[in-house]
Amino acid sequence: MKISENWLSEWVKSDLTTDELMAQLTMLGLEVDGVEPAAGTFSNVVVAEIVACEKHPDADKLKVCQVNAGSETVQIVCGAPNARIGLKTALSQIGAVLPGNFKIKKSKLRGVESHGMLCSEVELGLSQESDGIIELPADAPVGTDVAEYLNTDDQIIDIDLTPNRADCFCIKGVAREVAAMNGLAQTPPSITPVASSINEQVSVQMQAVEKCPIYISRVIKGINNHATTPLWMKEKLRRAGVKSIHPVVDVTNYVMMELGQPMHAFDKQSIQGDLVVRMANEGETLILLDESEAKLNDSFLMIADEHKALAVAGVMGGLDSGVTAETQDIVLESAYFDPATIMGKSRKLGVHTESALRFERGVDVALQAEAMERATQLIVEICGGQVAPMNQNADASQVPASQTIQLTADKLKRVLGFDVANSQVTQIFEGLGFETQLDEDTWTVKTPSWRFDLAISEDLIEEVVRVVGYDQMPALRLHSTDAIRVIPEELRQDSQIKAHLADLGYQEVINYAFVPAKQLQDLGVEAGSITLANPLNKDMAVMRTQLLGGVLQNIKANMARQHADLSFFELGKVFIEDQGIHQQDYLLMARCGLNQAEQWGLGSRKVDFYDIKGAVASLLGEVALSFEVSDAAFLHPGRQAAVYMHGEAVGHIGQVHPSLCQKLKIKQEVFVAVLDAQAIKSVHLPLWEPVSKFPSVRRDLSIIVKNEVTWKMVQDGVKKALGEDQALLKTLSLFDVYQGEHVEKGCKSLAMALIFQEKNRTLEDKEVDNMVSKAVSYLTEHLKAEMRS
Amino acid sequence: MNNLKELLADGLAQINAADSTQSLDDIRVQFLGKKGSVTTQLKELGQLPAEERKAAGAEINQIKQQLFTAIQAQKTDIQAKELNQKLMSEAIDVSLPGRAVTKGGVHPVTRTMERIIELFSQVGFDVVTGPEIEDDFHNFEALNFPAHHPARAMHDTFYFPDGHLLRTHTSPVQIRAMKTMKPPIKIIAPGKVYRSDSDQTHTPMFHQVEGLVIGENVTFASLKGVLSQFVNAFFEDDLQIRLRPSYFPFTEPSAEVDVEWKKGDGSIDWLEVLGCGMVHPNVLRSGGIDPEKYTGFAFGLGVERFAMLRYGVQDLRNFFENDMGFLSQFQS
Repeated sequence: MKISENWLSEWVKSDLTTDELMAQLTMLGLEVDGVEPAAGTFSNVVVAEIVACEKHPDADKLKVCQVNAGSETVQIVCGAPNARIGLKTALSQIGAVLPGNFKIKKSKLRGVESHGMLCSEVELGLSQESDGIIELPADAPVGTDVAEYLNTDDQIIDIDLTPNRADCFCIKGVAREVAAMNGLAQTPPSITPVASSINEQVSVQMQAVEKCPIYISRVIKGINNHATTPLWMKEKLRRAGVKSIHPVVDVTNYVMMELGQPMHAFDKQSIQGDLVVRMANEGETLILLDESEAKLNDSFLMIADEHKALAVAGVMGGLDSGVTAETQDIVLESAYFDPATIMGKSRKLGVHTESALRFERGVDVALQAEAMERATQLIVEICGGQVAPMNQNADASQVPASQTIQLTADKLKRVLGFDVANSQVTQIFEGLGFETQLDEDTWTVKTPSWRFDLAISEDLIEEVVRVVGYDQMPALRLHSTDAIRVIPEELRQDSQIKAHLADLGYQEVINYAFVPAKQLQDLGVEAGSITLANPLNKDMAVMRTQLLGGVLQNIKANMARQHADLSFFELGKVFIEDQGIHQQDYLLMARCGLNQAEQWGLGSRKVDFYDIKGAVASLLGEVALSFEVSDAAFLHPGRQAAVYMHGEAVGHIGQVHPSLCQKLKIKQEVFVAVLDAQAIKSVHLPLWEPVSKFPSVRRDLSIIVKNEVTWKMVQDGVKKALGEDQALLKTLSLFDVYQGEHVEKGCKSLAMALIFQEKNRTLEDKEVDNMVSKAVSYLTEHLKAEMRS
Repeated sequence: MNNLKELLADGLAQINAADSTQSLDDIRVQFLGKKGSVTTQLKELGQLPAEERKAAGAEINQIKQQLFTAIQAQKTDIQAKELNQKLMSEAIDVSLPGRAVTKGGVHPVTRTMERIIELFSQVGFDVVTGPEIEDDFHNFEALNFPAHHPARAMHDTFYFPDGHLLRTHTSPVQIRAMKTMKPPIKIIAPGKVYRSDSDQTHTPMFHQVEGLVIGENVTFASLKGVLSQFVNAFFEDDLQIRLRPSYFPFTEPSAEVDVEWKKGDGSIDWLEVLGCGMVHPNVLRSGGIDPEKYTGFAFGLGVERFAMLRYGVQDLRNFFENDMGFLSQFQS
C-alpha cells in the first residue's frame, strides 16, 4: 500500500524524518518496501493563466499564447491540444530546472519566440502519462510556486502488509500505529454529518445476513454532474496509486484510502425496486465495470435489485449500475462483508480491486456509518445534492464480536524470556487503543473492532514486544541439553555417500523434481507417474519417477557447452503412485567421455562399464556385493547388470540404451548406476579376525576359454574345485584378459593369481600344487579351458 | 731424509689431484703397493745402521699413515662427487603436471546445507526429514492456516488432482516430529520445497532448513540468541542481525530476520534471510504438546539464499542449470 507522508502527517504530527518513519514502520511490522518522491524535483515553475491563445502562423499544431505569470505576461509557444484562453496551468519560466536537470531557456519555435514552457504532469514528474498541459483549478493563485501549490515536497512510502494487519490498509490505521509508537495524539479530520434534506430511501432485503451482516445505504439526489474532483483530492489519490475517474467514485476511493472502508456508488436510476443482498444464482452473469463478463455461481455474494444483479459484492460493480457523467441521483453503499465469502473471488473473476483486497482480509465492523458520513460530506462539498438519512441494516449477532483476552505477567516472561515492566505493558495496550485492566499481574484486554486478528494471549505478547521493539530484546543463550546422542555407525549418511562420490571424481547435480511428460515416455518409465494439477508449464508437469532423465539432460546441456567428459551423480526423491504415493530416495551416477582428461603421463580412454562398476564397488564396499546379468529396458541389453547387496537387489548398472541416447541426441556412450538410496544405506560394523603370521603362497594360472565363459564362472569353478579347501584361497584375482594373436578367434585368455594362506601354519608346496591341479582339472573338464604355458 | 719429505709431498700432491677412484687407486699402488716407493723404503730399513733404524722406521710409517689417510679422505670426496653427478643426470622436469585424479564435488546447495547442519549439530540439534508430497493437514491445517486464509494464497502451492500437494515449506516436519518425539525437542529439518513461482529471484523448487526447539525455558529472546550465533558462525563474521515483526500463521510472535550486510562500497544493507517465531499454541496442540507446559520456537531459512550470500552467487537460477562451469567452482 502506498502512503503519502504528507497525508499521514495530517493525521499524526511527528518530528520523524522520512528515514526514521520508514525504519519505525518496518520495526512495527509494517514492512517498508520502498520510497519515492511524490513528484520530480523542479524549480521556477509558477501558476499562470493563459490570457490569449492564437494559432502559430507557420505551424498547424502549435499555438502562440500570452501567459499571465503574476509579475509579468510572457509569450509562450505551446503544442498542447488543451491550451486555451482562461486555463490556469503551470509555467516553467526562463531559468527553470525541470526533473532530469532539464533547463528552460528562451527559444524560437518556427520563428516565434517562446519565453518558457507550459508543463504537463509528465514533465513535472507527477505522472507517467498525460495528454496535455496541467489544468489547475480556476481559483489557483497566479504567480504561486507550483511545487508549493501542489504540496509536492512529499514522499510516497510503499508498505508491504502482512495478511494479519488489515487494519493498516488506510491512513487512519498507519497513523494509529505511529501515534502509539511515539506517544502522540492523532489529529483526524473532523467529520460533520450532513443534515438530511430529503427523506427518500431504497429498501434493502438482507437475504444473506451471515455473509453480509451490515449494509448501510444512502440516497443523494441532484448532484452536479459538471463538478470535477478537486486537485488536492486528485493528488492524494494519485499518491495512493488510485486514478481519478469521477468525483463520486473518487470520493469513495478517497474514503477507502483514508478510513479503510471500501464503498460503492450506484446510479439510482438503474435500481428497480428494492436492493437485494443475496447469493448469486448458479450460472448468473454480470458485465462488470471493466466490461468483462463475470460468470457466477452460488458462492458469490451479490448486490442486486428485484430484477437483476447490480454488483459482485465487495469485488466490483456492474457496468450498467455505475455512476456516469449523466448521473444525477446516487445510492451510496457502505457494508461489511464476511471475509471468507469474498476470499479468492476477485482471483476467480480475474479482476483485482482494492475493495476486494480489503474485504477479504477484513474491514473494521464499526466503520460503516462513519465512512458513510465522511463520503456524504465530501460528495456534498464537491457535487452538492440533497441528502437522505442513512438506511442502516445490521444484525449484531452476525458481526464478529470483540474478544476479551487475558494475559499474565508470568506468561509474558515465559514466552519472551525477559522482563517488561507491568506499567509499560499497560501503556502499550492503551496506546494501541485496547480497553485494558490490570489486576494482580493479569491484564484483561478487550480488543478494538479494527484488531480482529487478536484472539489469544500470544497475540497480545506480540503486541507488547512489537512496541517495546524487537531490537530491544536481549539475545539469550539456549539452555542446551548436554546428552550425547547416538550416531548409528551401521548407517551410511547421505553426506558420506556424496563425499565418497565426489572423491571418486563425480560431480553432484540437483534437478527439478518435475519433468515433462515426454521425458518419462521417452525413457519408458511413465508407469505410476503423478501429474500436477497446476504445473507452471508443460516442461514441469509430472513428478519424476526416476533420476535418469534429468541427468541425461545435464549431460546433453554440458556437451553443448563443450564439456564432453562428465561424471555426475544425483541423490533425490522419485515419486511413484502404486496403491498410494511412494516417495523414495534414489542415487544415480552417470559417466561419459574420457575416463580422465588427456594428459602426458597417463593414457586416456573412453569410459566403460567397468569404470562405473568399480565406482559402485568402491562406494558400497566389496563385501557381499554381486552383479548379475539383467534385462532393464533402458539399458544396453548386453552391457548391464543388476546389483545385489547381501542378496538384496539394490539397482542396476550399465550403458544407457543406445537408441535412447539417439532419441535424446546424445552422441556418446553413457554409463550409469541406478541405486535405491535407502537400500544401500546399511554398512557392516567391522569385525576383527586374527592376522595370520604365516607366509602366503602365490600361484599364477593362465587359461584360454570360449568368449561365453564369464569370469564369474571361472571364479565359481575354482572355488567348487577346491571344496573344503576354498577357505585357504585368500584371493583369486584376475590380472589380464587378452584376445588377439596366439589366441583362437572366439576365445580369450584369462590370467589370474591364486593366493593361499593357512592361519596356523606354513603351507607346503605339495599341498598348494595339489589344490592348483584340482582347479586346473575342474576348469579343463567343465569350462573346456586350455592351459597356457 | 730429504728424500722422504719429498716423497710425502709428491704423494699428497698426487692424491689431491686425483679425480677418479681409479686414478686414486693407481696412486695407492704407486706409493703403498708391494713395490710402491714407501714400501721399498721400509724394505731398505735393514741397510741402515741399527741406531738410525728405529727413528727412520717410525718416520716412514708415519708417512705411510699420512698418505693412507689422505687417500681415504680423497676417496670419500670423489665418491660423493660421482654420486652427485649420477643423480644430476637423473633430474626430471618438476614443472610437468602431476598425474591427475579427476575432481568431483558436491553441489553448492549441498555444501551449504551440510555446513548449516554441522553448525546446528554441534549444539545438539537432530536432523529429521519428511516427505515432499504432503497432505493439506501437515502443510497447512496443522500449522494453523485456516481454510481460505490469505496466507495460503501467499504460498503459491502446487497441487495434485487428489488434493495432495508439494510441500511449500519444511514446516510440516515440525508436526511429524512433535507427533513422534517428546519434549525437549531440538531438531533441524533440511529438504526441498516447492512453490509455483519462477522469475529472476524465485525458482519453483528450492531448499530450506527448518529448526524447531520445544521445551521449558525456550523463549523469544533465546531464539534471537541462537539465530545470532548461527549467523555469525555461518558467515564467520560478527554480523548484526535484526528481528522485525512479521506474520506466519504457525508462530506468534513472529519475526523476519535481516542480516547487516556490508556492501562493496562500504555501505550497509539489511538483507532478509529467514523467518521465525514462537510456535503457535494451536500448532503445539496439533502436535500433541501441551502449550501450558512447554513453549517452542521455530525458524525456516532458505539454503540458496545463504549460499548466494556466502559464495557471492548473483543469479539464483544458476543452482539448477547444473552447468559444469558453475558447479566446478565449488569443488574445493
